[in-house]
Amino acid sequence: MIPAPFDYKRASSAAEAISIVSQYGDDAKFLAGGHSLLPLMKLRLAQPAVLVDIARVNDLSYIRDAGDHIAIGALTRHTELERSSLLQQHIPLLSHAASHVGDPQVRHRGTLGGSIAHADPASDLPATTLALGATYVAQGPNGTRQIAASDFYKGFLESALSADEMLTEIRVPKMDGAGWSFQKFNRRAQDWAIVGVAAWRKGSNAGVALVNMGSTPILASSVNQAIAQGASVEDAARLASSEAEPQDDMNASADYRRHLASVLVRRALEQSSR
Amino acid sequence: MGGSILGNRVLRKEDPKFLTVGGKYVDDLLDESLLAGALHVTYARSTVAHGNIRSIDTSDAASMPGIVAVFTGADLGLTPQPATFNPMVARSALAMDKVRYVGEPIVAIISETREQGEDAAEMVIVDYDILEALTDIEKALTSSIHIYESCGSNAVFDTTALGMPDNTGDAFFEGCEVVVKQRVLNQRVAPCPLEVRGAAVAWVDGRLYQWLSTQHAQGARDSIAAANGLEASQVRVITPDVGGGFGAKIGSYPEEQLLGRLSKEVGKPLRWRETRSESMMALGHGRAQVQYLTIGGTRDGHVTAYQMHVLQDCGAWFDMGAILAPFMTRPMSSGVYAIPKIECRTTSVITNTTPVVAYRGAGRPEATAAIERAMDLFAAEIGMDAAEVRRKNLIPKFDEPHTTVIGQTYDVGDYEVALDKALTAANYKDLRAEQARRRSAVDVKQLGIGVSVYVEITGGVPPMGETAKVEITDDGRAVVYTGTSPHGQGHATAWSMLTSEQTGIPMDNIELVWGDTDLVPSGGGTMGSRSLQQGGVAVFKVAGQVVDKAKAVAARLLEANEEDIVLDRDRGAFHVAGTPAVAKTWAELAVASKAEGGLKHEEMHSVSGATFPFGAHVSVVEVDTETGKVSLLKQIACDDAGKVLNPLLLDGQIHGGVAQGAAQALLEEVRYDADGNPVTSNLADYAFISAAEMPDIQVVHMETPTFVNPLGVKGIGESGTIGSTPAVQSAVVDALAHLGIRHIDMPCTPMRVWEALHGRK
Ligand SMILES: Cc1cc2nc3c(=O)[nH]c(=O)nc-3n(C[C@H](O)[C@H](O)[C@H](O)COP(=O)(O)OP(=O)(O)OC[C@H]3O[C@@H](n4cnc5c(N)ncnc54)[C@H](O)[C@@H]3O)c2cc1C
Repeated sequence: MIPAPFDYKRASSAAEAISIVSQYGDDAKFLAGGHSLLPLMKLRLAQPAVLVDIARVNDLSYIRDAGDHIAIGALTRHTELERSSLLQQHIPLLSHAASHVGDPQVRHRGTLGGSIAHADPASDLPATTLALGATYVAQGPNGTRQIAASDFYKGFLESALSADEMLTEIRVPKMDGAGWSFQKFNRRAQDWAIVGVAAWRKGSNAGVALVNMGSTPILASSVNQAIAQGASVEDAARLASSEAEPQDDMNASADYRRHLASVLVRRALEQSSR
Repeated sequence: MGGSILGNRVLRKEDPKFLTVGGKYVDDLLDESLLAGALHVTYARSTVAHGNIRSIDTSDAASMPGIVAVFTGADLGLTPQPATFNPMVARSALAMDKVRYVGEPIVAIISETREQGEDAAEMVIVDYDILEALTDIEKALTSSIHIYESCGSNAVFDTTALGMPDNTGDAFFEGCEVVVKQRVLNQRVAPCPLEVRGAAVAWVDGRLYQWLSTQHAQGARDSIAAANGLEASQVRVITPDVGGGFGAKIGSYPEEQLLGRLSKEVGKPLRWRETRSESMMALGHGRAQVQYLTIGGTRDGHVTAYQMHVLQDCGAWFDMGAILAPFMTRPMSSGVYAIPKIECRTTSVITNTTPVVAYRGAGRPEATAAIERAMDLFAAEIGMDAAEVRRKNLIPKFDEPHTTVIGQTYDVGDYEVALDKALTAANYKDLRAEQARRRSAVDVKQLGIGVSVYVEITGGVPPMGETAKVEITDDGRAVVYTGTSPHGQGHATAWSMLTSEQTGIPMDNIELVWGDTDLVPSGGGTMGSRSLQQGGVAVFKVAGQVVDKAKAVAARLLEANEEDIVLDRDRGAFHVAGTPAVAKTWAELAVASKAEGGLKHEEMHSVSGATFPFGAHVSVVEVDTETGKVSLLKQIACDDAGKVLNPLLLDGQIHGGVAQGAAQALLEEVRYDADGNPVTSNLADYAFISAAEMPDIQVVHMETPTFVNPLGVKGIGESGTIGSTPAVQSAVVDALAHLGIRHIDMPCTPMRVWEALHGRK
């Protein structure tokens, strides 16, 4: 419960943070809200030599209307997503999903960029932005690049980012009045999802992604295709686990997870289709 | 003349501090001068559940920055110490040749900062011969591997060895029209006080001072003295604020008992505070029984025979948990029912898990859970309403002691009224109608209704009494010394009410002293819901005795007869009856008593026995039949604790009890993997209940005074936990009863419920 020794540096801009991190290579880690990294460090599952604190890079905390999408700074806190009227109007699914992350303390510290960069399959916002077809903007020593959410998640806690790349912006297409639903199935209100579903639907277009159904957030492409081909909600929901590789853990067996996924996808699609 | 303060909803006088500056816990004693320059203690703990220690290498740890000293058991010359109730079970405070659970302390590290200690603990290298981990109680019972070899068995305590009769098997149910059997798990849970264990020590003029987060300073003083080879008078235990105990802080632990010795070795005061992960592994656990139940009776609903064999999981040490089954569960096996034939055998079994202690309810919740589950199974088998079957079998109202077939005597009881009150408050008939509607509509969310009726023992363990001292200061305030030990319950308020009632001294002018063994040398602490019926009664009587003493002094000063002196409680002043104008205040009397050593009285007041609070709970749950998720919608709690001193404090105990009880039914379970590693050692994995999962709790009033003590009071600290758990579990099963489901083990997690539904033919 006490982390191993580490050095602490505070950066005041993205460029400064990236340059510090590139000096140390794999030994350094960005520290945003700290709500995923610090628990791992306290359990000594992560022992970075240097933490580069980016929490005060204030110009990366924003929610802006950028025409066809909303641009969100990587350091925007979950609470801000939850309360943003811009998001509530254009991307209510993301705002609502953010309101289900942990508890109020967690939502006041945790950042959208941190949640995505951490690439935890059990987190709510990676799957939600995946369902919404988001694009992530990363900045490294050699400039910036855009990564589609569908190309970003590589494995358990592994993403397309290299060690010296920092997420700076998340671009999420406006939902354009699509129906939506966020189904989070957990033991207690503040818990991580045993299984979660983020979904939207507009006519024959649907985007469904799954939380905690494999080593990465999972895009339920078979479900989305089935809806595009005119399948009923019931039939589409049966395909919920086609792309998933759920694990057994203390709370759920893989079988139970598959069962939950199909029930929750059906409920999500029903709600989105209203 | 104002009315009595007793029975009123008086606000807690301790709360302004807790709600503003906060409590001062052991770890907050930063400005304690006796602890200046204190070093920190960290224990390196076993990472394997069961193994022989081949070697311990502390050299790398000792060379880490800030490390002052590192000690193994051998370095300290420790030897195995026998357990109180079975001397064949023996261990040393630091494991030396064998480890028996993950988390057992092996090495003590003294460092300048706590962080350095934790870093060094990682560098301790222990080489083990790993043995099979026996975390499962049924496996441990039959295994040929013995965790304490000298015992020749993992079963270390059995009622048959104590001379109690063995169970006679199926023959016992001859003549029963209906017989139902069920194996029931009363799972292992963690008490989870928000304040983990902590202590600090200093040697002061050859005496050991130990600040300790405890429920029983005087008991801790004695065991710390014994462990350090000292007289009790050479140890002073001081209890700062304590952030919860739930029974797990009744006894003192090896990590605490070693501190004095370690401090002596390094010549400095020491501080120790465990982390949450350590606390989850090494603070005692609770419950942990497997029960084999058989119940038999007539088709028209009369239970005629009940048999139970309890396996009590002791964990890896023979602690208090080991004796709960024979001495708390067994005597209460009849519950509130008049059952003509009962057999109950208990067997306590050592396993490679955290030792089990007396957790909130301690043996009685297990007895209640067993008989209530059995009643439900019996009701389901004969197709009778759960409330109706209970009513048919209840012991009729009694106000003289009643003895059950198993041999336990209860003080007073009126169980049917409790049941009726709870059913009425719940609108039981309407609930059943709504349930029928949902069943016929095949709703996804089915309604479940659970009923439990219980009786329990409070104030049932020695000392059957308590010491109190009341002292009047020169400015007319009262200082009350008590051997009970508040850690959240509200003693400062309750004891002030009792003192104020007797003396007329205002609540704000009454101060409570507790938990410092130099100031309160004898006391039984706070456990087993004993405080009010023993400690409170003592305070009430002693305060009355101080009033008598004050009358004598007033008589002298007023040159009157003692019998003519009256106390005007509204003013807190004494005068001759009929002449209120000439009066003596408490302050004047205290000053006038100086020559005789002041105005005070101290006495141990005994009570004649335990009390047996009872009640009935109704739980209403909704079960999502597609996912297995249970939502607790409502809990109706009728808990009769005799005369109520302060309904606010009563409600608080019921609310907390219901929360912990519901948590056991739905959420909490300590679990181990196949190698005996705990997998629930933090509050993210261990599903401690939160406010969001709590339903509306409806507290239903009922007061049946006991004759056992002059206040007519019984305990309320554990009742909420005892009544709620079986009602909630029963409600979950009831929601699915029409689908053929008869039993689901606790905790009724979504997956367990789904498996029950899924596994059904
Ligand atoms: C008690 C608790 C409950 C929680 N419950 C939930 C829940 O229900 N659902 C949920 O989704 N989450 C939950 N979380 C996690 C929470 O949402 C985290 O805040 C979030 O996952 C990580 O964001 P952060 O800003 O705290 O990242 P940090 O912990 O600071 O960082 C996480 C990782 O991302 C890297 N990183 C951070 N920012 C960037 C960046 N801009 N660019 C590149 N790398 C970066 C860090 O180096 C680190 O490796 C919970 C956390 C706690 C403590």
